[in-house]
Amino acid sequence: MTRKQKKALGRIIAAALIFVLGLCLKLPAKAQLLVFLAAYLVVGWDILYKAVRNLLHGQMLDENFLMSIATVGAFAVGEYPEGVAVMLFYQVGELFQSCAVERSRRSIAQLMDIRPDYANLERDGQLLQVDPDEVAIGDIIVVKPGEKIPLDGQVVEGESAVDASALTGESVPLDLAPGQNAVSGCINLNGLLKIRVTKEFGQSTVAKILDLVENASAQKASSEAFITRFARWYTPVVVACAVVLAAGVPLVLGNFSEWFHRALIFLVISCPCALVISVPLSFFGGIGGASKRGILVKGSNYLEALAKAKIVVFDKTGTLTKGSFAVSDILPAEGVTNEELLNTAALCEWYSTHPISVSLRQAAQAALDENRLGQVQELAGRGVKAVVDGKVCLCGNGRLMEENQIAYTPCQAAGTVVYLAVEGRYFGALVISDQLKQDAALAVSRLKQQGVERVVMLTGDSERSASQVAKQLGVDEYRAGLLPADKVAQVEQLLGKTGPDEKLVFVGDGINDAPVLARADIGVAMGGLGSDAAIEAADIVLMNDAPSGVATACTIARCTLAIVRQNVVFALAVKLAVLALGAFGFANMWEAVFADVGVSVIAILNATRALHTEHL
Amino acid sequence: MKKTYKMQDLDCANCAAKMEAAINKLDGVHAATVSFMSQKLTIEADDARFDEIMQQVVKACRKVEPDCRILL
Repeated sequence: MTRKQKKALGRIIAAALIFVLGLCLKLPAKAQLLVFLAAYLVVGWDILYKAVRNLLHGQMLDENFLMSIATVGAFAVGEYPEGVAVMLFYQVGELFQSCAVERSRRSIAQLMDIRPDYANLERDGQLLQVDPDEVAIGDIIVVKPGEKIPLDGQVVEGESAVDASALTGESVPLDLAPGQNAVSGCINLNGLLKIRVTKEFGQSTVAKILDLVENASAQKASSEAFITRFARWYTPVVVACAVVLAAGVPLVLGNFSEWFHRALIFLVISCPCALVISVPLSFFGGIGGASKRGILVKGSNYLEALAKAKIVVFDKTGTLTKGSFAVSDILPAEGVTNEELLNTAALCEWYSTHPISVSLRQAAQAALDENRLGQVQELAGRGVKAVVDGKVCLCGNGRLMEENQIAYTPCQAAGTVVYLAVEGRYFGALVISDQLKQDAALAVSRLKQQGVERVVMLTGDSERSASQVAKQLGVDEYRAGLLPADKVAQVEQLLGKTGPDEKLVFVGDGINDAPVLARADIGVAMGGLGSDAAIEAADIVLMNDAPSGVATACTIARCTLAIVRQNVVFALAVKLAVLALGAFGFANMWEAVFADVGVSVIAILNATRALHTEHL
Repeated sequence: MKKTYKMQDLDCANCAAKMEAAINKLDGVHAATVSFMSQKLTIEADDARFDEIMQQVVKACRKVEPDCRILL
């Protein structure tokens, strides 16, 4: 609690004690009035003061003013305990609200506790502890075990595991070695790292993320705009009704004091604060909870839109697949072992730097002896002709086999197929393809479970490999053979089919799909860790590489929106019900206090649920 | 020009909404949001008259909630 809150609590307790005293003691009427008045002033003097002050500023329907009128009115009709109670509970509600808001602010600040306090700058062989802002590009900084990496840079010395969980929500540590990029905000776990700084602090990942999260609440959701607009009308209307009840109705029906009392009930309920606070508080919690899971949402509006996602479009390479090639299938001819086929092919491709060759060498597990390899001749567009163990080998595509009249078995698998022939005899085929990310299929099925109607995959790859991947993942549609510009057109076409309350999400890796990210209702970029382009271009950034993050983000969005809806419906229903009961004389001040303060408290407690996303 | 300011003692969500509405009505302000949760004012206004506009913004906010200060 802050000092201000402690003071408020003290006043509430003091007033409550006096109030209870007044209720229990059998005092003569005059003395009782004095006791209640004392309690009232202890707890409510500031409200009265603000009411007068703001009235002088021309703020007619200010909450302080309404509360003052309602409570002073209660005193005027002789309902002293009610007058004190309304003020007391109003202050309790205010205090509770400010504590709840404070708490959720603090828990998000903790969550985002990635801001480094200092950097160990190496200068002339000495270590200086300086502010990260003072470090320049090219400086060498030292990060000891247990410290945060303060700025983005490249490791020049030392090896260590780093914990990036504060950024990605992923608890498996990353290994860093010289030459690799170190991302600020990660915690160094065991070794000493020397890093050459490549970005100033303001441009480093950590500063960008903090900036993004801190400013996310400036982008308001439409339900937030709705509720503030509603509040602007709600208060004047309720107050007008109160005036009619107090002044108009008694002219016809008489019984002034009864109607005046009913009008006071209206005034107590006329404060819209519970509604106005509970919506942004829920979004704030949702955005904070998402960042705990490594999902950065740039504004409440995107969270709101995400909850209405009906079409999710994935880019294939780098998003659903790893974007790196690996041997996915080994098809040896009769009498040849897998190992023989793989090792021979790997040796043939020994000198090549082509990604396909690299993946072959990676797949060959046994340590290969380079001395087995003789002369190598590259055949452009076909493959290689190499001498392995003194035997002439042909390693390459179908055309190479045909041109050398090798009786080979054409393979229809998706991906790149490499055939091998040794001394004119067909040895077998190796299929090399891009690998699916482990959770890609899970991501698609989880999205479907959440009511996403169409999952579409876009790719520049061939029809054959696209259809196979589509089948494996269970996506509804795919478009193959697209150029980057075609992707925008495809997304536009899909956008044309969406209804007003159906949103299209595009998920890409953020590297060369910025136009598509911008065109979609919600652009989600993956692998934001260390990629500026992704953070800039997208509305939602997944810090880790897992496509299932999209599904998690959707779940969080839906939960947050559900909480917002519950709060709005609940608060409005209770308020309207008590207003109606009050108008017909069935509700008293106590119920009005519940409709005001009780509803605020419940709505705020409900809103703080949005912060807890661990189980989603 | 777009700028962000911190706000101190912004204690009520409805006041924040009222301030936002008041600031947006000022001449020369293109867009302004007052975020109650992050206690920040984000404002986009004419470059040439920015300082003058900010003075009006401060005045408008003081009218809604005199306790709240914009840290310029």
